[in-house]
Amino acid sequence: MAQTVFVEAINQALVEEMRRDESVYIMGEDIRRAVYGATANLLTEFGEKRVLDTPLSENGFFGAAIGSSLVGMRPVVETLTSFMWVAMDQIISQAAKMRYMFGGQATLPVTFRATMYYGGGSAAHHSDRSYPMFMNMPGLKIIVPSNPADMKGLLKQSIRDNDPCIVFEDGTLFGMRGEVPDNQDAIPFGKARVVREGTDATIVAIAGAVGHAERAADELSNEGVSVEIIDPRTLVPLDKKAILDSVEKTGRLIIADPAHKVCSAASEIASIVAQEGFWSLQAPIQKVAAEQVHIPYTPSLESLVYPNPEKIKAAVRTTLE
Amino acid sequence: MEISKETLMLMLRRMWTIRHFEEKVMEMHSAGEFAGGAHPYIGEEAVAVGACLALESTDYIAGNHRSHGHPLAKGGSVNGAMAELYGRVGGYCKGKGGSMHLADFSIGILGESGIVASSVPVATGAALASHIRGEDFVSMVFFGDGASNQGACHESMNLAALWKLPVIFLCENNQFAVTTSYRNSVAVEHISDRASAYNMPGVLVDGQDCIAMYEATTEAVRRARAGEGPTLIEGLTFRYEEHSLGLGRVRRGEYRTQEEIDAWRKRDPLVIHTERLISQGIATQEECDAVSAEVLKEVEGSVEFARNSPFPGPEALFEDMWADEIPAP
Ligand SMILES: Cc1ncc(C[n+]2csc(CCOP(=O)(O)OP(=O)(O)O)c2C)c(N)n1
Repeated sequence: MAQTVFVEAINQALVEEMRRDESVYIMGEDIRRAVYGATANLLTEFGEKRVLDTPLSENGFFGAAIGSSLVGMRPVVETLTSFMWVAMDQIISQAAKMRYMFGGQATLPVTFRATMYYGGGSAAHHSDRSYPMFMNMPGLKIIVPSNPADMKGLLKQSIRDNDPCIVFEDGTLFGMRGEVPDNQDAIPFGKARVVREGTDATIVAIAGAVGHAERAADELSNEGVSVEIIDPRTLVPLDKKAILDSVEKTGRLIIADPAHKVCSAASEIASIVAQEGFWSLQAPIQKVAAEQVHIPYTPSLESLVYPNPEKIKAAVRTTLE
Repeated sequence: MEISKETLMLMLRRMWTIRHFEEKVMEMHSAGEFAGGAHPYIGEEAVAVGACLALESTDYIAGNHRSHGHPLAKGGSVNGAMAELYGRVGGYCKGKGGSMHLADFSIGILGESGIVASSVPVATGAALASHIRGEDFVSMVFFGDGASNQGACHESMNLAALWKLPVIFLCENNQFAVTTSYRNSVAVEHISDRASAYNMPGVLVDGQDCIAMYEATTEAVRRARAGEGPTLIEGLTFRYEEHSLGLGRVRRGEYRTQEEIDAWRKRDPLVIHTERLISQGIATQEECDAVSAEVLKEVEGSVEFARNSPFPGPEALFEDMWADEIPAP
């Protein structure tokens, strides 16, 4: 076991998968000089053909990645969530739809690594946490790691997976340290992690919200409240069973989600539990998600937007009233 | 072209405004006075100033993430810009936009954009409005060499040329997009060469020469107002600083040499302009120094203004979402 920083875990996954499989290559903007940190030293080891700096042409190079995946490559594309808007046509019209539309002929083992920078004064254009919008579109696997080990294992799985995957890398976690087993292998999709066990309430927490939920749970335990935390790790596929089993045990559900709250991952989880776990519930489901506004630049307002331990604790207490 | 002393001195003033503003921003950012990123415009002042002074106050501009120079060149308030960076209610956008989203619609600044090239269609649309309504105003958009590779940019240029829209595409070729040289991202020799593909004039201009920028833009504006359609101007320039504040700490390896930086710093737009004013007997060294000193005071005052302006209170969070209010979800 080694203590590894989140961004290094990304780097390790990339290096190991590129060594393992020659069809894996990476492209993105300024990745050779690793301006976002995760692609350090790749150029030296793998050379210019497998580490491509692209022009600023997201729709073009996302599309090129998709096209190369159709004929046997395993591209990894680095971007920020907010720049995926530019590439939306290729992601939706091609990556998500081709396989089905062409009657299963197309296989698209392409991975989009999309970093979510939020919480640090990046303002409306650079703070998107857009996974719910992609969940809404069939055909894309949606990965939301919350710690270095999961980051590494899930990225490895994404690269090996034969469907288009979007890995939403939470920028608030980039400096996070955590244990990563020396032989950390690919982690299968659709398997939630029980972050901690508890009996009074279930918090399903997504990406950066997992840490907030843990802090809330620590504080609540001082009040004698025992909280269970579930990290779904992948939203498509979603481990419904883990969530329903937990709610069956605790009878209460709080969902902590840094994305906007309308038509969100939180909404979807709430609706699943309302429909399939209704008789387990002893209190209304609570969503603690980002307020339905754009991300304001000023810290005096941005700090009000996202889930935090205070908001999560308040929501848990509401379910216990 | 005959240019009045008043205009020539205004060029100097606006360029100093940007230079002092940006230096102050770097100082205050490293002092931890505000968070968020910022992309210094130092070295590129002549491009925006020469271009904006060729516009009327009723004309529109739109810009990008390297965003402070454009509004200041068009005469935007220094206090408003600084307060925006400080996230205060006295800022252009009441603290909601920050560095990359400066906008002052009252003087034709339709907004800077953090998503590269996303302003190019927007400015094209402002020109479309002028065209449809048969009005006289033009629109100009600032974008980088990197942005010139976006589909949005190419699509806008074709639209504008097709419909003969009064828009000026002003490419600030500072030669790098973050760490990527335009030599490694653009397949033609000069970005302005692409204009021929859209059937519009493409002009390569020395972007360190404010007067050259002014003259080229004046001709583009004339064409636009005369209904002759768009022009692509490429101002060849250089950014002195890192792409954005703090980036030097994270990137690995160099992407340009110290010699290259030094050589471009020798072609400083403020020095070039000042020397010309003096050698042509238009102004004395003292007059030029006085402009710089006055502007520096104004910039220092803007820091005080920003510090004294309050942060928006929680009630502001949901304000400005809608023109016609709807119930919260
Ligand atoms: C669509 C999009 N992709 C990527 C980025 C990240 N990014 C911000 S500025 C920049 C470089 C822009 O270069 P250029 O257009 O030449 O302008 P310059 O910064 O040189 O002034 C990049 C890659 C972004 N903001 N938007």
